Amino acid sequence: MEQNHVAHTDHFDPVASKIGMWLFIFTEILLFGGLFIVYSVYRFNHQVEFHLAAEELDVTLGLINTIILLVSSMTVAISITALQLGNKKLSLIMVAVTIILALVFLVNKYFEWGAKIHHDIYPGSEFLMSLSKGDMLFFGLYFFMTGLHAIHIIVGVALLGVVFVKIKNGSVNQNRYSLLENGGLYWHLVDLIWIFLFPLFYLIH
Amino acid sequence: MSEHKNHISSYKSHIVVLLSLIVLTILTVTITSVHLGPFNTAAAMLIASIKAAIVLLYFMHLKFDEKIYRFMVTLVLAIYVVVIIITFFDYLYR
Repeated sequence: MEQNHVAHTDHFDPVASKIGMWLFIFTEILLFGGLFIVYSVYRFNHQVEFHLAAEELDVTLGLINTIILLVSSMTVAISITALQLGNKKLSLIMVAVTIILALVFLVNKYFEWGAKIHHDIYPGSEFLMSLSKGDMLFFGLYFFMTGLHAIHIIVGVALLGVVFVKIKNGSVNQNRYSLLENGGLYWHLVDLIWIFLFPLFYLIH
Repeated sequence: MSEHKNHISSYKSHIVVLLSLIVLTILTVTITSVHLGPFNTAAAMLIASIKAAIVLLYFMHLKFDEKIYRFMVTLVLAIYVVVIIITFFDYLYR
């Protein structure tokens, strides 16, 4: 009994830390959830404009980015399994692949936004101001929501970078993998948000 | 400690989950390329919800973890759905 007590003086509690991570994820769900409601209400009020504006977006680029995020979600899940099974090397490789895929996603996003801005479509541009209110709302929400999502990708890359270093130096290991698990949860959240962003902005006409 | 009974997902299960998510994505793209009016939106949202459920249950491990997480997530999603319903009651009937 006494020994057991001494062994746990570093207050390691994986269940509690995961509950904390989920509570944080709930705040993110409500943040994006609120935006999704704003989107639905404006779409409901400006159906024709939203329909036409959505056709401006590049479905192929959106689809490629969707698949990139889905694959990166799998690689982070594999990295958790690998670490649980004690395969540190595979775990590190998978975290690295996830980070690379996240960067590829951002590069695609750069080109996508770049093309839009090149065509004079960005919040506050003269061209956009000359269009209808519905178009302004659609592209305003498009830039804001995909931009906020991209910021989450950047945060995810930073977080996974920390996880990578900690797996490498052994402070995250087969017996203590909470940080990797919680980092993975965050990454899946980013994927989860994109699962709704993609059809709402790119597909529904 | 409960360490010994922790469920470890297999590599194969992750690959199967990914393939099903990709198939559902392609299905959404195909369905929305056909013009079905309001059914496009309904179908796209339904498939997106199925994909979200798969990610939550398998990738985010809710299916295998302690029940407390599943309970919390269900509660939050239920509150969110209620907010959506109230918002649309307001906009549809004002």
